[in-house]
Amino acid sequence: MTDRTTGPDQMTGATPDNGMRNANRANGKPGPMLSADGTPLKRSLRRAQRRQKIRALMLIAPLLIFVLLTFIAPIADMLFRSVQNQIVSDTLPRTVASLERWDGQSGEVPDEQTFRALYLDMFIAAERKEHTRLGSRLNYELTGVSSLFRRTGRDVDDFGEVYEDAFNDLDPKWEDPTTWARILGSADWVGEAEGAEAPGPDFELRDDVASYLPLTAELYGIFAEFIQTEDGDSPMEEEPWTLVYTALYWDLQRQGFAYSGPEADLVRAAAQAASGFENVSLKALFIDSDKDWGDPEVWATIKTYAPEYTPGYFLNAVDRQLTPDGVEKRPANEQIYGILFQRTIFMSLTITISCILLGYPVAYILANLPMRTANLLMILVLLPFWTSLLVRTSAWKVMLQQQGVINDTLVWLGLVDDASRLVMINNQFGTIVAMTHILLPFMILPLYSVMATIPPSYVRASKSLGATNWTTFWRVYFPQSVPGIGAGSILVFILSIGYYITPEIVGGTTGTFISNRIAYHISSSLNWGLAAALGSILLAVVLILYYLYDRIVGIDNVKLGG
Amino acid sequence: MSDTTEGAFVEFSRVQKSYDGETLVVKDLNLTMPKGEFLTMLGPSGSGKTTCLMMLAGFETATHGEILLDGKPINNIPPHKRGIGMVFQNYALFPHMTVAENLSFPLEVRKIGKSDREAKVKRALDMVQMGAFGGRRPAQLSGGQQQRIALARALVFEPELVLMDEPLGALDKQLREHMQFEITNLAHSLGITTVYVTHDQTEALTMSDRVAVFDDGRIQQLAPPDQLYEAPQNSFVAQFIGENNTLTGTVTEVNGEFCKVKLDDGEVIDAKAVNIDGVGSKTQVSIRPERVEYNSERMAEGVHTIKAEVLEFIYMGDIFRTRLRVAGKDDFVIKTRNAPDQVRLKRGQQIEIGWLPSDCHALDA
Repeated sequence: MTDRTTGPDQMTGATPDNGMRNANRANGKPGPMLSADGTPLKRSLRRAQRRQKIRALMLIAPLLIFVLLTFIAPIADMLFRSVQNQIVSDTLPRTVASLERWDGQSGEVPDEQTFRALYLDMFIAAERKEHTRLGSRLNYELTGVSSLFRRTGRDVDDFGEVYEDAFNDLDPKWEDPTTWARILGSADWVGEAEGAEAPGPDFELRDDVASYLPLTAELYGIFAEFIQTEDGDSPMEEEPWTLVYTALYWDLQRQGFAYSGPEADLVRAAAQAASGFENVSLKALFIDSDKDWGDPEVWATIKTYAPEYTPGYFLNAVDRQLTPDGVEKRPANEQIYGILFQRTIFMSLTITISCILLGYPVAYILANLPMRTANLLMILVLLPFWTSLLVRTSAWKVMLQQQGVINDTLVWLGLVDDASRLVMINNQFGTIVAMTHILLPFMILPLYSVMATIPPSYVRASKSLGATNWTTFWRVYFPQSVPGIGAGSILVFILSIGYYITPEIVGGTTGTFISNRIAYHISSSLNWGLAAALGSILLAVVLILYYLYDRIVGIDNVKLGG
Repeated sequence: MSDTTEGAFVEFSRVQKSYDGETLVVKDLNLTMPKGEFLTMLGPSGSGKTTCLMMLAGFETATHGEILLDGKPINNIPPHKRGIGMVFQNYALFPHMTVAENLSFPLEVRKIGKSDREAKVKRALDMVQMGAFGGRRPAQLSGGQQQRIALARALVFEPELVLMDEPLGALDKQLREHMQFEITNLAHSLGITTVYVTHDQTEALTMSDRVAVFDDGRIQQLAPPDQLYEAPQNSFVAQFIGENNTLTGTVTEVNGEFCKVKLDDGEVIDAKAVNIDGVGSKTQVSIRPERVEYNSERMAEGVHTIKAEVLEFIYMGDIFRTRLRVAGKDDFVIKTRNAPDQVRLKRGQQIEIGWLPSDCHALDA
C-alpha cells in the first residue's frame, strides 16, 4: 500500500530540493540535479564515494600485491616462456647473422665464413659453459644436437692451437701475456694494471686498436672481461685464448693491413709472416670433430630456431614441428600430446560424471535430513579433507594393487582366480577411482548447498498436484538442483583436468594426465618452453570450456551456496 | 461422535498426531465437514492446525484415528492420489516453469491431452484474471499475482477439496483484504469444499462458513463466525477472537441460564452461565468492549451498572477507545462509536458504565 501524498515529488513548499528545482525551472533549462552547495549532485556523490573506494582498495592491497608477485607474475613469465627463444641468438649471435645469407633449401653445408662465426660463438659459449644449454634446447627439435654441441665444445679449444704455435714460434714474445695487454689495452689501464694484484682494474681497450685489429680487439675484450670476472685473474698474467690468436691471424690477413702503436715491430713482423702460416679450414675442423656438422639438417635447425620468438613449443605441444619446409606432423612414434590431451579430457569427464552419480544421492540425503544429523554426516563428507592427499592416494594403492585388499578379498571369496588377479592400479581405472574419491567432496558441497535451499514445499506442491515421486523428482526437484550440478561439475572438472599427484602415483603409464607430462618437462627434461606451451594450451582449454559452459548453461545458473 | 457421519465430505475421527512419541501435537481431533463448506482452522502457532491440514493432504500420517474423504479412509493413500488441491504459504510455484507450465503440470501428470490442457489452463487463468500472464515466470510476478496463480494451479484440475495454508500471509493488508473476498467468492461459485488455515482472526471471521479454533492440539470451539464472537464457549476463544474484557470472580448463585458472580473487589454482577462448574467455582467473566455503554441516555432497559474511572481516552477516528479502571482492574477497555451526540470522556473522570447480563459471559477460569 503506498501513500500517495508523501512521495518526494508531491512535496510542495520550501524544501531544499524544491528550491533547486524551482531555480532550474526558472532558468528555463532542466540541467543536472544540484546538491545544496550548488555543485552537480553526481560530482558530490562521486567525491563522497571516493574515500570509501580508496579505503576498500587499501584493504585489498596486501592480498593484491601478494597475488601479483607470487602468482600472476610467475604464471605470466611461465606462459611467456612458451614462445621465448632468445637462447639461440644470444649464444650464437655471429652464426645466426651469418646464416641469414645461407639458403636452407640448397642441401649444402654453409660456407667457411659461417663456420668461422660458429667457431667464435662456440668458443665463447664453451668458455662460458653455455653451449650445453643451447645443445639441449636444439635437441628438442633435432635429436643428437645435444651431444654434437657437447663434443664440439670440448674440441673447440684446440681448433686455434695451430695459430698459437705459429705466433709463439715466430716470436716468443707472443707467449708473454703482457705483450697482448700492451698491444690491446689503453695506456692508462696498462699503467694501473702493471704490478696490481689480480684481477686488477677493469680492462680498457686502446682507443684506436679496433681500427687496426677489429676482431682481435673484440675478442680480447671478451677474454679480458671473462677472466677478470669469472676467474679473478689479470689479463697481464694470463695467456689469451687460442681464439684470440686465430682472430689476430685473421686480422693480419686482411687486405691492406697497417698498424701503428705499441709493439709495432712485433705486430708488423707477424703480419709479414702470417701469410706463411698454415691456413686451416674451420669447416674441416668442425666436421672432423663431429661429422654431423656436415649435415645441412643441423644448420637448417639452427636457422629455423634463430628468431627470438618461436611457435615451436606450441607446435611441439600439438605433435607438430617447425621444419625449414614449414609445419609438419611429428613422426607417429613421437605423437604423444594429442593422445594425452584427449585422455586428460576424457578421464576428467568420466571423473566428473562419476562424482555426479555418487554425490547426488548423498547430497540429497544430507539436504533432506534434520539439521543435526545432516551436520554430523557432513563431517564424514569433509573428513577426507583432513587427511593428507598423499595418504589417501597411497591408501588406494594398498586397496587396488594386485596383492591388495580388494584382490585378496575376491580371491578369498573365490570370485577371482589367484592366477588372474584384477589389474586395478597403474592404469586409467585406478586413476579414475582414486580421483573420484578425492574430488567427491567438491561435488557434494555445492550440490548440498543448492539442495538445502530448495524449499520442501515445492515437492509437496508437486505431489498435491498429482505427480508421482519420480515425476516430482524429475520435473520439479532435479531442474532446481541443476545449478548445484553445474557448480560441482565445473569445480571437479577444472580441478581434475590439472590434477597431478594422484595420477602420478596410481596412474602408471596409461592413467597419467597432461599435467604429469608438464611436471616432467619442468623438473626432469627441463624443457620449460614446452611445459609452458602445454600449460598455456591447458589453460586455454579450460577457458574455452568455461566459455562454452557459460553459453550453454549460463554461469548465472551456477550456485555454490544459497 | 459416531465413527462415520452421514453426509460428511471430510471427516476426522479421533485423530491424534505425535512427532516424537512423547507429546501429542494433535489430541483427539473430531471434525466433520459437509460438501461445499468453507472451514477455517484458526489458532496460534503450534496449536496443531497446520499439522491437521498436512494430515489431510497426506504429507503427515496420523498416529492414531482415521481421516475419511467422501466416506473413504485415506490414511494409506499417498498424497498424489488424493486429488486434493493445495495452496501453500509461499505459493510454491515452480520457479523453472512459466505460469502456464505451472498450471499445465497437474494436467500433464493426469495425462490430459494437449488441447484440453490448454483450454483448462486458459480458463483457470481467466478465472483469476491473469489471462495475459501465461508466459511469465513466477519470479516476474508480484506477490498478489503469484497468489492468484497458486490459487489457479490448485483449482485447475478441478479438485473437490482445496486446502489453503495461510495463503495470504505474505501479502500487504489492502491486497490481503481484496484476496480474501476473491477466494471466498471463487470457492462459493465453484462449490468446492475448502479448508483454510490461518492465524489471522479477521481473515477467519470474514471468509468462513465455520471456524474451528485450535489451541493445545484440540478444537476449542467449532462454530460460525458470529457465534464464535458473540457466544464464546471458553475463555481462550473469548480472548483469542476479537478484543475482550475479563473480570475474575467467584460464582455465588446459578439461576438456569444466568448466574451471579462476586467479583474480586466484592461487587456482584449478573452473567450468562456459559462454562462454569457451579456455585463456588472460580470464573472469568467476558464482556466485549463495544457492548459496554457509559452514556446513561443510551443505556438499555435492565443493564447492570458499575462504577469506573477513566484512565485514558484515545480518539481513533471512527471510534473512541477508552481505558477504565473497573473492579480494581486497569485494563478494562470500552469502544464507542463516534456519533455526533457522543460524550468525550476526560482523564480522571468518575463515571458509571453498564452492560446487559446477556452480553456478559461467565467462562472457565
